[in-house]
Formats: sequence, structure tokens, C-alpha cells
Amino acid sequence: MELTRPRVGLFVTCLVDLFRPSVGFASVKLLEEAGCNVEVPENQTCCGQPAFNSGDRKDTADIARAVIKTFSAFDYVVAPSGSCAGMIKAHYPELFAPGSADRQAADALAEKAYELVSFLVRVMKQEKVDARFDGTVTYHDSCSGLRELGVRAEPRKLLRTVEGLDIVELEDAEVCCGFGGTFCVKYPDISNVMVAKKTKKIAATKADLLLAGDLGCLMNMAGKLKREGASLKVRHVAEILAGDTAMPPIAEAE
Amino acid sequence: MEQQASEFPANVKRAIADSQLQWAMTETGPRFIEKRAKARANLPEFDALRDQARDIKDHVLSHLDLYLERYEAKVVQSGGQVHWAETTQEARAAIISICKRLDAKLATKGKSMISEEIGLNHALEQAGITPVETDLGEYLIQIRGEAPSHIIAPAVHLSRDQIEADFRKAHTHLDPNRDLTEIPTLVEEARQVLRQKYLDADVGITGANFLIAETGTSIIVTNEGNGDLTQTLPRAHIVIASIEKIVPTLEDATTILRVLARSATGQDFANYTTFSTGPRRPEDPDGPNEYHVVILDNGRSNVLGTEFQDMLRCIRCGACLNHCPVYQAVGGHAYGWVYPGPIGSVVTPALIGIEKARHLPNASTFCGRCEEVCPMRIPLPRLLRHWREQEFEKHLTPGAVRWGLSVWAFFAKRPKLYQFGTRIAARLLNLMGGRKGKLASLPLAQGWTQYRDMPVPQGRTFQAMWKERKRG
Repeated sequence: MELTRPRVGLFVTCLVDLFRPSVGFASVKLLEEAGCNVEVPENQTCCGQPAFNSGDRKDTADIARAVIKTFSAFDYVVAPSGSCAGMIKAHYPELFAPGSADRQAADALAEKAYELVSFLVRVMKQEKVDARFDGTVTYHDSCSGLRELGVRAEPRKLLRTVEGLDIVELEDAEVCCGFGGTFCVKYPDISNVMVAKKTKKIAATKADLLLAGDLGCLMNMAGKLKREGASLKVRHVAEILAGDTAMPPIAEAE
Repeated sequence: MEQQASEFPANVKRAIADSQLQWAMTETGPRFIEKRAKARANLPEFDALRDQARDIKDHVLSHLDLYLERYEAKVVQSGGQVHWAETTQEARAAIISICKRLDAKLATKGKSMISEEIGLNHALEQAGITPVETDLGEYLIQIRGEAPSHIIAPAVHLSRDQIEADFRKAHTHLDPNRDLTEIPTLVEEARQVLRQKYLDADVGITGANFLIAETGTSIIVTNEGNGDLTQTLPRAHIVIASIEKIVPTLEDATTILRVLARSATGQDFANYTTFSTGPRRPEDPDGPNEYHVVILDNGRSNVLGTEFQDMLRCIRCGACLNHCPVYQAVGGHAYGWVYPGPIGSVVTPALIGIEKARHLPNASTFCGRCEEVCPMRIPLPRLLRHWREQEFEKHLTPGAVRWGLSVWAFFAKRPKLYQFGTRIAARLLNLMGGRKGKLASLPLAQGWTQYRDMPVPQGRTFQAMWKERKRG
């Protein structure tokens, strides 16, 4: 029996929109291949984390209301980021008073909000991907995806089905890379100690490619690796799962 | 104790440049994490115990007045005295007045964070009473004139070499040619020096991990047994504890004890768990003649019933420090006061004011590892965020940050304008560094490019490309 294809609203995320559209297209490809009808509402900007994490509740609530309104008609809202999906799922409801109409709408959206890779595995029951990558990769578990959404097994499960790909585990993969949104520019010295510890562990894996599910963390680690002159490349996990490596890796020209 | 929490950015720079500190942190940090993980794995009901422990403390906090009164009645019944101190000044005065009445000259001390919080050692010295710390770590930082850098391991920032040098400087009565290369010899020397102090002390001062309402008992948990000698040998035992240390029953205390040591050091139980109820009774072979408990508020009751109340569940195990990548990067002294790490960044603003401590709640990536390991399930990231909200509401956030945020929010709420802006930004940044794929320096982003390259956008925004694709 052919089930109806779920209607998925892609929450692109502000970083993917501005820095790396290829991650957005890889996400669309993966979702469509998994059997979803994907739409990308034009009326979206950012999930509101910069305001939320700066203590600005009012602007956060305004932005959250707009996101809720834009995506409430979809069966699911999916983001190629654990951090933005976590914001919608774990934090939007707490912005509004229990029992209020806003809260009900936030709860309803939270219920159907997912990070991309965990959505493919948990909801679309995807067992494998149709992609090839010849090389060794290592994976960093971004904090929000890992601790707010419990995403850990899913990216590894799908990566193991990429032809030609070997995974080597990163020591301390669950330790923060030091990005933290505005943290990395507010406390650059601390952030630098954290990311330098991370790149040391990454180098120790001798992998060809570093993957993660959040562009913020990836830009931080890639920026540090390039500054250190590392030859290892960095990409978003969606690009490899979609077999879409036409664009140069993060912080590379080709 | 002098507060330097407002100097956080400068403290951080110093800490990061301190290679000795950085070495010490990399040596000890991972060990705490491994030991806790092992202890947790060995106890299948560990997470269920965390829930119970949380519920016990939540219950206490919603009936705190009742349990405090019950506790006092039991202390009095067993022959002891309770002294209520609303402020640190009142707490110091209560302790000094007991010491003066007893004409005390020497006070031995068990490890107590509240003693640090009220600046007790300095006050005792001013009053002509010599305090001697008997916990090895506290003794070390006392002879160095430092504050603790960790809640349970006050001298975790020191190396063996530093300790040897400090001992040679402090213990001038000992043979200068003695061998102190091994850690056991350092411990033995401290033991020798302290042994006589226990016997000479007039008063013994300890903290308390728990105060038990049903029995009027105070409990201390130590690994060195120093607390026992501190509280049994002198004429008077003074306990200094804060109001939230109360638990209703012995059973409740033992439930929480099962998660305490496991979270702190990875031990199933600390080496010594000592229960003290009242002064020496006629039939007792030893013990103090007087038993006093000084109970400190210092702003904690203001936290009750607020969004910050959960912080009062803390049992000071230090697990959040051990698992915090920020603490591990800068050490405890950078936080500038008594309580470092995630719990310090939550507690310090409550005790000294967010105005003086505004950096601390901001110095977090909200990675959430602290909450993940907290035995009392304190939602630390959420509490840190609440402090940022207070900071924002009170207009303590720096003007430039506030301005930047309001400009960003203006656009974020207007998708058409926002996308117009991002299309330009993507193009511009790409032109600036597209050929290399990265920028080594970028105006207004020095915080980023000082240490890392800025990856360059691919050139067009996703929204613009998607629109084009839809049009076919």
C-alpha cells in the first residue's frame, strides 16, 4: 500500500541559507528520496537563538511566533541542524505561558519538529542511503542535537551505509567544540582553547573528512583547522549522505 | 573573600597564559570524568536515585521553614545550640563570639565552602585566633594564601612540584634536605604537621553536607578523616552550614549520599561519613563539650519560590565543574569568587548580585553537559539563561551587544528585508574571499578571525537559489 507522502517544511537555518546552500539542497534531496514532499517557506529567517541566548525573551517570542505560524500547516518541520531543531522542539514551548494559545501552537510544532538525520531514521524509517564516498570520516556530536534531541546513533547508522566510507570514532566526540553561537566572539580566548583541544583530537583520528550535523560547529572547527594548516576536509553530514560533494568543502576553494 | 567575578575576562587571559595551570587541568580533568562514568555504570539504579534525590530536596525547599525549626528543636534537645545568621557578617560574629567566650587561640578546620563564602579565616585572624585548615587541599591553599579552585578539590590547580616548594617554605622547622619527591611523603609531612594542631586546638570548625531535621544531626563527608579529629578533639565543635543543607530524615541523607561520592570522585562512598549529634554526653568516651551550628542564609531565602530555586538542590559534588569545557579551559580562580564552574556561575550572581557577576552566566556555550551529569538534576543551562534574561532586562548587557541584537532582530522579523540583506552579504563575503574559500581577517569579526579563519559563503543564498529552481 502506498502511504501518502508526508508534507515536510524545511527550516533552512540562517547559517545554511547564508553560507552553505548546498547543505539545504542535500537536505531536500535526502528528504525527497526518503519519500517526503518538501517545501521551503519563503517566510523564514532564523530560529531566534541569538536573542534567546542573550536573554532577550521578547524578540525571541516574536520570532518564535512567526516560525510557528509559517510551519504549523506542515506534517513536519525539519532542519539540517540539531541546534535549531532543538530550539523549536525544546525551547519554543517554554517561551509561552502554559495554557495560552501561543503555548498550544508551540507544543504542536515542537511535537513535529526534527533534526534532519534523526528524522530520516526515526520517522521515515530509513535504513540506508544511496551514496558513495571513498575515504575515512570522523563525526563530531554537536551538543544540542546530542543532549536536547538524543541524536547519536542515527548519523552513524546512515553513514555506515555509504559505499566506500569508513568511520573512525573521534575521542571526546561529545565534548563541545567551543562555538556556542555568540559565545565564540564574546569569549574568544576560551572558545579558542576549546576548539584547539577539539582539533587536536580530530587530527589524532587521521580521518580524511570531519562531519557534523550543525553548520555553526562545522564553521568553527573548519576555521580552526584551516588556520592550523590541516589538510583534513570538513563537510556537513547531509552532503555525504546525499552523495552531493560538488561544492568545495567548508573553508576550501576547491 | 575578595570578589573578582567582575574581572572575569582579565582572569581568563591570565589563566590561559598560565602553562602550569593548563597542565594541571589536562592532567586531572579527564580522571574525574572516567571515575564518575565507571561509578554510574556500576550502579543500575543511579539515574533513579538522582530522581529521588531531586524530589527529596524539592520537598525540603517547599517546606524549608518547617524543617529548619524541627532541626533546631532537635539540636537543642541533644544539648547543642543553633545560631541563625542572615548575613556573612552575622555568621562571622557568631563564630568569633563563641571562640572569644572560650578564650580560643587555635581553631582547626574541616573543609567548608561556607567558611570560604563568609571569609572566616581572615575574620578569625583579625580576632586573634589562628585558623588551621586540616583538609590537605585546603591546607595547601591556606599556606599559599589562595582561594579554592574547585569545590571538592581545592588545590586541583597545583602540581606536585609547587606543593613541594610550598611545604619547604612553610615548614621551616623540618630538615631542609628531606626527600619530598613522592606524593606519599608530602601527605605524611602534612599529617605530621597537622597532628599536633588537632591536639592543641581549642575549637574545631567544620562544614556540613547535610543537616538532618529528625535527629538534629550534622553530617560531614571526607576522605582523609581530618574532619573527625577536627570535631572530636577540641573543647567546642562549631558547624557552619547554609539553610538548604537540611534533609528531613537519615534515610533521605543516605539516599543522596549514594549519588554524592559517585558524582564527585567516582567512589561508591567517601572514606569517612561522620554523623554528629550534640556535644559529648557523660557516657561518651570523647567529643566536644559544646556543639554549635551556625546556619547561614546570605541571600538564599530570596531565591526560594523564584525561577532560580533549583540551584538550592546543589550538594556541592563538583561534577558540573569536571564536565564543563569552560571550567576545564580556565580553572576555578578565573570565576573570581568562591564557587566556580556552572554551579558557581548560577550561585554567584544570586549571592553577590548579577551586576558584579554578569560575565559568569554568559561564559557558557550551553553545551548541557553539566545538567547531564548533575546528581540533583539541576537545569544549569536554563538557570544560566535566566540570569542572562535578568541582565538584559536590567540593561546590564553592553550597549554594542544590545544594539547589534536589536538590529539583527529587526531584520529577523522581516523576511523580505532580511533576505535582501543576506543576498548582498553572501555575495560580498564571497567576493572578499571566494578564491581561497576562507578569510583570515574580517572587520567586526575579530573575535572569530583572531584565532580561526572565516569560511566564505558559497556566493548565493539558499532562498534565492530555491526560488530560481522552483521557477524552473
